Amino acid sequence: MIVLAVDVERRLGAFQITARFEAEGGVTALFGPSGAGKTTIANMIAGLLTPDRGSISLDGTVLFDAAARIDMPVHRRRIGYVFQDGRLFPHLSVRQNLDYGRRMSGVARDADEFARIAALLDIGHLLERRPRMLSGGERQRVAVGRALLMRPRLLILDEPLASLDLAHKREILPYLVRLRDEASVPMVYVSHTPAELRRIATKVVRLDAGRVLGSGGLDLLDEREIDAIR
Amino acid sequence: MLDLTPAEWTAILLSLRVALVATACALPFGIALGWLLARREFWGKTLLDGITFLPLVLPPVVTGYLLLISFGRRGPIGAFLADHFGIVFSFRWTGAALSCGVMGFPLMVRPIRLALEAIDRRLEDAAATLGANGFLVFLTVTLPLALPGVIAGVVLCFARALGEFGATITFVSNIPGETQTISAAIYTLLQVPGGEAAAGRLVLIAIALALAALIASEWFARRAGMRFQGE
Repeated sequence: MIVLAVDVERRLGAFQITARFEAEGGVTALFGPSGAGKTTIANMIAGLLTPDRGSISLDGTVLFDAAARIDMPVHRRRIGYVFQDGRLFPHLSVRQNLDYGRRMSGVARDADEFARIAALLDIGHLLERRPRMLSGGERQRVAVGRALLMRPRLLILDEPLASLDLAHKREILPYLVRLRDEASVPMVYVSHTPAELRRIATKVVRLDAGRVLGSGGLDLLDEREIDAIR
Repeated sequence: MLDLTPAEWTAILLSLRVALVATACALPFGIALGWLLARREFWGKTLLDGITFLPLVLPPVVTGYLLLISFGRRGPIGAFLADHFGIVFSFRWTGAALSCGVMGFPLMVRPIRLALEAIDRRLEDAAATLGANGFLVFLTVTLPLALPGVIAGVVLCFARALGEFGATITFVSNIPGETQTISAAIYTLLQVPGGEAAAGRLVLIAIALALAALIASEWFARRAGMRFQGE
């Protein structure tokens, strides 16, 4: 079943993005070199950037449709977004950060859900700390927990490991794989690293220079496959 | 030396009341204008920016005169407010608060604006993806992060309001118990023979109040800063 349908165009200076793809449940990788337009597309899905043309729908709800003049504001889309740099609120504790999305989205407090996600991401012992006191890996795990606790309809992870060193990358990937297997939230996972995506993705959308080169299985992570498409 | 006469106490308490009311009333406008100047591009922005800072560079007596002809009883704004809301400024302590607020306003807006400009807008995007509408983003992310700047603005405005003289005396005169603040009282005392001792006491009070305001602001700013440092 198609969960996310994206068909957008956007011009940024001399750079033109034209992307059309669909995503089912599981983890859809937006894969390509830096400058391919991956984050731009993720931002359009989340509503942080407005496409020039096209449409985006999620679970049968139209989030954006240029022709019908529909543009649901960011805060009503309920799309959890884990940014490359975490973006935890520095003035709030970890617990307050985790609660932020739930409170702002008007989701009732659910102690079991909180405990479950804190355990899943192994962040229960960090709750009273400030973001500045966390390691890079801990910060990203809290960012994932914060996005999950708002009960998102879709979770976007934009290069969530890119700011981490190798040891922390290895530390956090198993959590994300567990998340894929245990939480029933569809994910869009932005990355330029095939090794990372081989472990987590269930579908690959391959991008280059603002265009979709192909979408399908994990074999698209392979360089030779792309040469064949070209 | 600090045996204050009732008249001196009156001047001190009046100064504090005028400065507090002026600062409190200026604050919402200061935040709104700081935000506007930091975040929005619009026609006439440079002009608005200039007008905001005008009281800082104009002779205070000019500001006071402008207040008199616009907010005085026969001034267009003053007459309107008096007729419709019963708010009278001329020769009242409320007028002193208005002139002090106007004089302190530029000093308040500047640090607030700078603090808002320094905020990482990407945190606001993150808050929006988490379900916060524009107003909640401002309330829960923008304003708390700008707090050190807001505190600095409040203290500067308060200190300026506490010492304001020229615009106030021009606008609402120098009436003991109504518009005679510490500065005006010192000025009056220095005009009469033998007033130096009393003036000296008030000068010391003025120094003490200014120092207290600075120390308080330092303390608040430190506390606000500590919240970002962790634990």
